[in-house]
Amino acid sequence: MEVYLDNSATTRAFPEVAELMTKIMCEDYGNPSSLHMKGVQAEQYLRYAKETFARLLKVSEKEIFFTSGGTESDNMALIGCARANDRRGNHLITTQVEHPAVLNTMRYLESIGYRVTYLPVNSQGCISTGDLQRAMTPGTILVSVMHTNNEIGTLQPIAEAGALIKRMNPNTLFHVDAVQGFGKAKIFPKKMGIDLLSASGHKIHGPKGVGLLYIGDKVKIHPIIHGGGQQMNLRSGTDNVSGIAGFAKAAELLYEHYEDDVKRLYQCKRYFMEGVRRLEGVKINGLLPEAPDGAGTAPHIVSVSIRGVRSEVLLHALEEDGIYVSAGSACAARKPQPSVTLKAIGVERELLDSTIRFSFSVYTTMEEIDYTLQAMYDKIPMLRKYTRRR
Amino acid sequence: MFTAFLIKYAEIGIKGKNRYLFEDALVHQIKFALKKCEGKFLIHKSQGRIHVDAQGDFDYDETIEHLQKVFGISGISPVVYVEDEGFEKLCDRVVSYIADVYPDRNKTFKVHSRRARKDYAKESMEINADMGEAILNAYPEMSVDVHNPDIMLNIEIREKIYIYSETIPGPGGMPVGTGGKAMLLLSGGIDSPVAGYMIAKRGVKIDAVYFHAPPYTSERAKQKVVDLAKVVSAYAGPVWLHVINFTDIQLYIYEKCPHEELTIIMRRYMMRIAEHIAKETHCLGLITGESIGQVASQTMHSLIATNEVCELPVYRPLIGFDKNEIVDISQKIDAFETSIQPYEDCCTIFVAKHPVTKPNVNIIRRHERNLEERIEELVQTALDTKELIVAE
Repeated sequence: MEVYLDNSATTRAFPEVAELMTKIMCEDYGNPSSLHMKGVQAEQYLRYAKETFARLLKVSEKEIFFTSGGTESDNMALIGCARANDRRGNHLITTQVEHPAVLNTMRYLESIGYRVTYLPVNSQGCISTGDLQRAMTPGTILVSVMHTNNEIGTLQPIAEAGALIKRMNPNTLFHVDAVQGFGKAKIFPKKMGIDLLSASGHKIHGPKGVGLLYIGDKVKIHPIIHGGGQQMNLRSGTDNVSGIAGFAKAAELLYEHYEDDVKRLYQCKRYFMEGVRRLEGVKINGLLPEAPDGAGTAPHIVSVSIRGVRSEVLLHALEEDGIYVSAGSACAARKPQPSVTLKAIGVERELLDSTIRFSFSVYTTMEEIDYTLQAMYDKIPMLRKYTRRR
Repeated sequence: MFTAFLIKYAEIGIKGKNRYLFEDALVHQIKFALKKCEGKFLIHKSQGRIHVDAQGDFDYDETIEHLQKVFGISGISPVVYVEDEGFEKLCDRVVSYIADVYPDRNKTFKVHSRRARKDYAKESMEINADMGEAILNAYPEMSVDVHNPDIMLNIEIREKIYIYSETIPGPGGMPVGTGGKAMLLLSGGIDSPVAGYMIAKRGVKIDAVYFHAPPYTSERAKQKVVDLAKVVSAYAGPVWLHVINFTDIQLYIYEKCPHEELTIIMRRYMMRIAEHIAKETHCLGLITGESIGQVASQTMHSLIATNEVCELPVYRPLIGFDKNEIVDISQKIDAFETSIQPYEDCCTIFVAKHPVTKPNVNIIRRHERNLEERIEELVQTALDTKELIVAE
């Protein structure tokens, strides 16, 4: 049995997505910038994709831009806005628990003279709007807060933060990295005070190598990629037609059963958490003590610390049974240093290297969850027996 | 411009009646190395030298790069072949050769000619003198120095005429395959690929064994070892990598023996298993990357303990090397970047905080007796389930 529970790293594409992309690559392969019929055909796909995302996000088509993925969207939002608005100030705000695509871009901006405030989080991984309020200055150009934490699934108070920022300084831009949240929660930028929003194709059963950046029409931003002037001169490069169309198709399919799917994912999550709690010496990260059922967190991510078992060893042990999970988060897992998020929420040192992330998708079944729990019950006591003695 | 290479070899020349064996092995290794290069090559022996003739287009830099990895080659001379169209024409060709190869001609030179074809109109001495004159006429800035020339211009009169003057150093050593075969214990660290490289340099074919401990070591750790075997194979030819699942043996030792002795006892079983496969595959020795005192299991006391379980000789080419010297070679052979990828290997997962550094062999033997009940069965299972990967 193969059980893929690493859907926050990437997801299996919907068959309809692959089908559509094959058709575009083999038949409708024109360049949308070409003047002939083949180009016009290809352009239809782009138009349709923009319409789709505009409808789902309740924004205008002119505010949708396509990129090579979440990382590029984040880079474009932060660097592009910092550059375009540097006459208004040089201060930016973000959180300590962002994805490296935001954190390292912020560090880059610091290296070229910007000031960055990194907001702390509570033990659930949540920022406080009080901290945000105190960090805001008249020279704050932009605030960037992730929607859903990629390692522990905590949701940030996006709407509250958006309202606060706009109340304090209508000129301060608000960027939201929604790579993990898009498709799992309804996000409407215009109602939440969001000026820029990043999303990615491959996290929602679409293709890798494509993402989007919503840019509100009043936002001043510079391009970070220069060239042939595609996408209103903001993001040059031949449009990735098959990728963009596949991304839109995936979003469309996901939103068709949105309510049912999210409800079912929460059921899966609660069921899985109950099962995990039957093990001794485990701690589920990112939950509010008063809401142990997972309220306030994403429907698809469960982060578990297992005392006395190294995460990489458990990962490979589960792999032997065909179960695929992640040690921390896939982006942090291949680096020796422990994850920033787990550190920021105050996970004990001893547990930092004993944390596994399970992430579900619409393909996840209750049967798979039972199978996974059984494997954990079988393997964890055995693995605890053989540990490095001190 | 160049269409051929003259391969020079050093030590083979002194191997007496076995010489042809060494030459054939070298030809074989050159063929293997050039298989990965663009272009077709004809490789042949004649008069104590090996010629590599390019048939049509080829990539000069790539060819040199691959030839520089063939042990046994001491020098590579790129050669220009010309047809015999009379001495005047030949002088013109040599003059233009100098223009192509030496943009800066403020140099001394000597013409060194040889006549393999004795019916050629001029004798060697005449050729040297007359061609020297032609060169001096063409390039007044050059001068002759017959004792210590900057440029030694070789002219060989054969069916065709060969012109060459440069020698690019080869890696030296002996052609792989002439020295038998040995089993390398490949761990995934910095040292063992270097040890394999050094023994291969003496003409020894390399097989390797890797101890895999899933789920404690990952598939990527194994891939890293396969990649390192490939690095060694660039010099040593195809490497047969035997992958042994060591987990159960390791856990059993962990259960039954004192923790401080875990590593040393584990090493003893690795040596035993490696030797078993070595004998099965006709290897004449084991190779390890050990260096005295580098870690607890590599002190002289520990080496006694790991050495005594083998009958075959254990070659430890790095025994007197410092880490930085090993790193230098590792970088030279392009293994370093792979070696430092951060995946745990089976030696480090259960390592004690204070492992024994001066194990007493008698005590170790006594503690190994705790394993009597199941160890033979576990070793047999490990051998029965070994996986073979050919790295090339």
